[in-house]
Amino acid sequence: MIINFLFAAIKAGTPLLFGTTGEIMTQKTGNLNLGVEGMMFMGAFVGFFTGYKTGSITLALLAAFAVGVFAALIYAFLTVSLRANQNVTGLTLTIFGTGFAQFFGERMIAAAPDKSPKLPAELVAALSEKAIPLLGDIPYIGKLLFSHNIIVYLGVCIAFICGIYINRTKAGLNMRAVGENPAAADAAGINVTAVKYIHILAGGGICGIGGAYLSLINGGGVWNNSCVNGQGWIAVALVIFASWSPVKAILGSLIFGAFSVLQFYVPKDIIELPNAFYIALPFLITIIVLVFTSMKKSKEGAQPAGCGINYFREDR
Amino acid sequence: MQYPQLSLLLEAGGILACNRHLTASHRVPAVANYFLTGEIMQKEKTHATAIELKGITKTFGSVVANNQIDLSVRKGEILALLGENGSGKTTLMNMLSGIYRPDSGSVLLNGEAVTINSPEDAIEFGIGMIHQHFKLVDVLSATDNIMLGVKGGSRWLKKTRSDKIQEISRHFGLDISPEKKIYQMSVGEKQTVEILKVMYRNANILILDEPTAVLTPQETKKLFDILRRMKAEGCAIIIITHKLNEVMEISDRVTILRKGESIATVETAETNAHELTELMVGRPVELSIDRPENGFEETLLEVHHLTVANEEGFEAIQDIKFELKRGEILGVAGIAGSGQKELCEAMAGLLPVSKGAILYNKENIIGKSPEEIIKMGISMSFIPEDRLGMGLAASMGMVDNMMLKTYKKNKGPFVSRKEARELSKRLIKQLGIVTPGVDTPVRRLSGGNVQKVLLGREIESNPNVLITAYAVRGLDINSSYTIYDSLNEQKQKGVGILFIGEDLDVMLELCDRIMVLCHGKVTGIVEAKTSTKEEIGLLMTGGSGKEGSADA
Ligand SMILES: Nc1ncnc2c1ncn2[C@@H]1O[C@H](COP(=O)(O)OP(=O)(O)OP(=O)(O)O)[C@@H](O)[C@H]1O
Ligand SMILES: [Mg+2]
Repeated sequence: MIINFLFAAIKAGTPLLFGTTGEIMTQKTGNLNLGVEGMMFMGAFVGFFTGYKTGSITLALLAAFAVGVFAALIYAFLTVSLRANQNVTGLTLTIFGTGFAQFFGERMIAAAPDKSPKLPAELVAALSEKAIPLLGDIPYIGKLLFSHNIIVYLGVCIAFICGIYINRTKAGLNMRAVGENPAAADAAGINVTAVKYIHILAGGGICGIGGAYLSLINGGGVWNNSCVNGQGWIAVALVIFASWSPVKAILGSLIFGAFSVLQFYVPKDIIELPNAFYIALPFLITIIVLVFTSMKKSKEGAQPAGCGINYFREDR
Repeated sequence: MQYPQLSLLLEAGGILACNRHLTASHRVPAVANYFLTGEIMQKEKTHATAIELKGITKTFGSVVANNQIDLSVRKGEILALLGENGSGKTTLMNMLSGIYRPDSGSVLLNGEAVTINSPEDAIEFGIGMIHQHFKLVDVLSATDNIMLGVKGGSRWLKKTRSDKIQEISRHFGLDISPEKKIYQMSVGEKQTVEILKVMYRNANILILDEPTAVLTPQETKKLFDILRRMKAEGCAIIIITHKLNEVMEISDRVTILRKGESIATVETAETNAHELTELMVGRPVELSIDRPENGFEETLLEVHHLTVANEEGFEAIQDIKFELKRGEILGVAGIAGSGQKELCEAMAGLLPVSKGAILYNKENIIGKSPEEIIKMGISMSFIPEDRLGMGLAASMGMVDNMMLKTYKKNKGPFVSRKEARELSKRLIKQLGIVTPGVDTPVRRLSGGNVQKVLLGREIESNPNVLITAYAVRGLDINSSYTIYDSLNEQKQKGVGILFIGEDLDVMLELCDRIMVLCHGKVTGIVEAKTSTKEEIGLLMTGGSGKEGSADA
């Protein structure tokens, strides 16, 4: 029972992990992108559509990544090159991405034979949960950690790679410097614009994969016009919970995944709560987490100081 | 000698890579040349012009910050750049370091025209700048900041990477802890990091924008030793400072800017402080400080057994006792960090007091909120070491910043801007603030002018007690004297002034009495008229000869 619950939590937490990791990459370079929800929606549709048409998991994920990059490119062009307000641009991107996915989703539904686009069987099989040989046979642990669908492992790998990249490489150091104090990074000879573009785009792509997870895995192979449904916003909040560390985001998304599947594992005959409560729960927890994390005052593990402010060399 | 070893080490480390874009004759930095070919090379180097600016113009909207400026500096020379606040010094130097791009004019490096499009270019040309407001990343360590953006080498951050930094520090007698985070550092330490940053990149043209404004005299002396050493090794150095004694002490030549134009370049040996001031201001000026007498007798403020713990819980002020009379300027002298900041903050109600009392007209103000204290007529202006930040909203104009202090006097929900606008205009005239208009965001103003806005607002708020800390930090000499005059004006109105300062010569002329702090304790309160610099210096180090000599 508890293993089943945790297993479901990991499954439900993975899209959050992608969204959070993507947003961490973006914020670490000094840009607050509130468009995660939109980028995930675009990734969800394009990922699903590509899978629907080609049946290839690789192509589906690549397409989702690419559309995430494209969405982030719009955001980066507006905020980095044209220095538009980051909050407004991000919100607009969310509205745009949601509309984009639902508009084309509707068209796809209309065009589908029985008004319900379903993924080809071979793709569903490729996305199914499979135990890894040997490791999967370990009692409890095997089921919990080594019997997931392949995208779960991809998410954890990306989070670890991003964590190492940020803290252990020179490129990561440059990125942190740009996020904290772009003027200082600039004076040290770092190309601030290039660094910002690279990481905003990478972050967008990762968010896009998170969206594809929602439509490919959570939807059970059938397209659903509201598959993202606020997960992007939770990911933005999780960034704070994870104190801007992709590795901590793994834990954070697990916890939030657990809250979102809690209703199926609480014995109904013991505790009887309305369904709406469970639906609201992750958002409620988000608010509580935000209250607590905003009370801590340490300089490290805090939002990059330059986050949300556009940089222009000749201004001061 | 240690240096040849060092340059080999640097070369081995591949950090000379930054010179790869230059022609062969420039590839070896001047410092290395000195040791390769000895005296003859050194002689030649000292005469060659390292960098030359011709007809540089830079405008910001309607503001002409630099107008047709010419300037040159030779190898092995220290050039001082002098000018009033807002005369365009920082702007000009920012064009050398690639932060700004000139509208017109040319830059010659070793006689060849070059274009500096970005800080990256500047670094490749061997130009290093230490900025007026430090450009360091707070949450990173010293090592990370020094290594930041350095090209080449491994892609990974390594644990052993501070070897080269240690080597350079040893060579120049610098002292840093490589893993300490910037936000935990004092300004002196931060500056050391900035210096190491440019040396690590092998700069042979070094620009320092007001490096001494925030340093203690000891730190300044150390900095000058380093500069002399770099000069001997063939570097070209440009230093900006408002302190004329420093100009006379360290520079070989002085270039003077006035209102964005280069007025003159003179040999330091053939000039004096008085002439420099006249060139700077453009008319003869009388630089003297009054100490007017007045008949006020009553005590305004009494401090009893005050003990204050700072944010880290350390007792920064211990059991101090003094009183401030009406119409008196009480100076507070002491080595930086002796508790000046905590004293100010405690009196303004910003820091909780552990023990003691502060009586203002016999009423204890301890426990009152900063707002209540301001209402009682106690006003504080603290010019922090980073000089921005405290007390002004950087993106608002002068008018709005004036209103931050006065809007509460308004009745009803609406604010009136009229008064604030008039006050702003008056301050611009009185203090000679250089700004395009009263609504220009204050962060656009030059460093010194930002400060005049803050100071002017506090003086003009008609307080009964005025606390000013480091009032003239970064102000040009003429403005400094204007400030001393307005402090005297307030004093004659019966205001009690606590003047926390750095320059003992000035304090001895301006103040009535001087209180000396050492490690948070009062080591003495002397009559300024009869005291000497030596006496105060001794008190600053605790009064015993032993500690004094240890510090020297
Ligand atoms: N980025 C900018 N935007 C707008 N105006 C600017 C900018 N930089 C400088 N200025 C203006 O150019 C003028 C010269 O400023 P600058 O900082 O060069 O003076 P400064 O000589 O360094 O003065 P200080 O001694 O006070 O530091 C000022 O009037 C300032 O307001
Ligand atoms: Mg300046």
